[in-house]
Amino acid sequence: MRALRLTVICGLLVLVWQAVVWLADTPHFILPGPARVGVTWWEHAGLILGHAQTTLLEIALGLVLGTLLGVVSALVLTYVRPARLWLLPVLVASQAVPVFALAPILVLWLGYGIASKVAMATLIIYFPVAANFFDGLRRTEPGWLDLARAMGASPWRTMWRIRVPSALPALASGVRVATAVAPIGAVVGEWVGSSAGLGFLMLHANARMQIDMMFAALLTLAVFAVAIYFIIDHVLRRALHWQPDT
Amino acid sequence: MTPPENLQSESDHAVRIDGARFGFEGSLLFDGLGLELERGRWTCLLGPSGVGKSSLLRVIAGLERLEAGSLSVLGGASVAYMAQQDLLMPWLSALGNVSIGARLRGERPDRERALAMLELVGLGGEADALPSTLSGGMRQRVALARTLMEDRPIVLMDEPFSALDAITRARLQELAAGLLAERTVLLVTHDPLEALRLGERIYVMAGRPASLELAVTPDGAPPRRLGDRSLLALHAELLERLTAADDAGADPRPH
Repeated sequence: MRALRLTVICGLLVLVWQAVVWLADTPHFILPGPARVGVTWWEHAGLILGHAQTTLLEIALGLVLGTLLGVVSALVLTYVRPARLWLLPVLVASQAVPVFALAPILVLWLGYGIASKVAMATLIIYFPVAANFFDGLRRTEPGWLDLARAMGASPWRTMWRIRVPSALPALASGVRVATAVAPIGAVVGEWVGSSAGLGFLMLHANARMQIDMMFAALLTLAVFAVAIYFIIDHVLRRALHWQPDT
Repeated sequence: MTPPENLQSESDHAVRIDGARFGFEGSLLFDGLGLELERGRWTCLLGPSGVGKSSLLRVIAGLERLEAGSLSVLGGASVAYMAQQDLLMPWLSALGNVSIGARLRGERPDRERALAMLELVGLGGEADALPSTLSGGMRQRVALARTLMEDRPIVLMDEPFSALDAITRARLQELAAGLLAERTVLLVTHDPLEALRLGERIYVMAGRPASLELAVTPDGAPPRRLGDRSLLALHAELLERLTAADDAGADPRPH
């Protein structure tokens, strides 16, 4: 049912797009029609998918690193009091710095390759994961902690058996948000300076007035971004099947 | 780690509290309070809400510290604790929840025994069920099985049946009374009828700071029949006492 709705929405959008092109009679270097973009995609599928691979790798590595860092930070903030007192304000204040502004510096430091883009994606993913998981860890049902104490549990086992599992739904919503923003990090990094990736392809095509190519790359990015989100969402749902539906 | 058989094990009291003082959010709940729990008997604690019943129970459970006074638990034995909420972990099956104590202590859970406990509370077929798929009554049964699994001589229960509907509550009272018959039980409740059905010693806690008064020692073995006439007479008497305690201004704050 969801797939059907999605197909209908996409079909309608393509129709509107084609209608605008026909009615306004836009030149193809301003707004190419979906048919033209489709043909361009087909002709350059190898090139586009090659660049997509780079971007996907950046997103995937960013997700893994950002999630790991976020999880570790949340645990440290929860269990190490000085860390909470000293690091939490820094962490929150750091969010006032736009990640986009950091992109040129990261490219300068880490080079034109994949490292600077992975760093961008990691930075953008890190905060929602850390913030959500930390929140979840702090909101453990007090009754469970009482029960654990009455049962003679060690703090370590209380953490692994109760606090961490009970915070997993919060972690999952952090990861969902992170997944939605991860492509932004990677592509912004590519725009600032790169030699591969969909962002690079778009920038390159734009400079050469290959607007149909730009659209083909953009659509590819959108399709992959949505696909990643749905896959992650599905995996999280399966993993947390015990969670009552919200 | 087994506590030595000390002199106290010869006494009739499983728990003894003397001169206990405890405050909550700046107000003194009780001071100079004394209570003895007789070994192998059910003691019920009645009183208006907010009077400090739960705090007293939490002190005995080791979840709160007394500001003054002494608490001695027979042989230093640890206690099992059962709360109003079932406190089941939603990510664990019924079986996993029953075995959680062993897991939290880093012991190997005894699967056979956990299954037997579920069987005892009538949930032998639900071992793999997640709590979200069980009814409120079934969930509290799992909590009871978890309490039995802990196998402690002293069991502390804080209104464990009050969130259940009347029929389920009556059934669970009977089940608990049967399964915990030999143990020292402290049951905190706001329901005088529940206390009369299950208790062998019934205390009323009232006032601020609160004091304890032995109100009733009903005849016969629990669980007593609900239709029992003497029970109903005692019920009326207890209700009057509780109302008087409440009117005396046990707790001026709204709840």
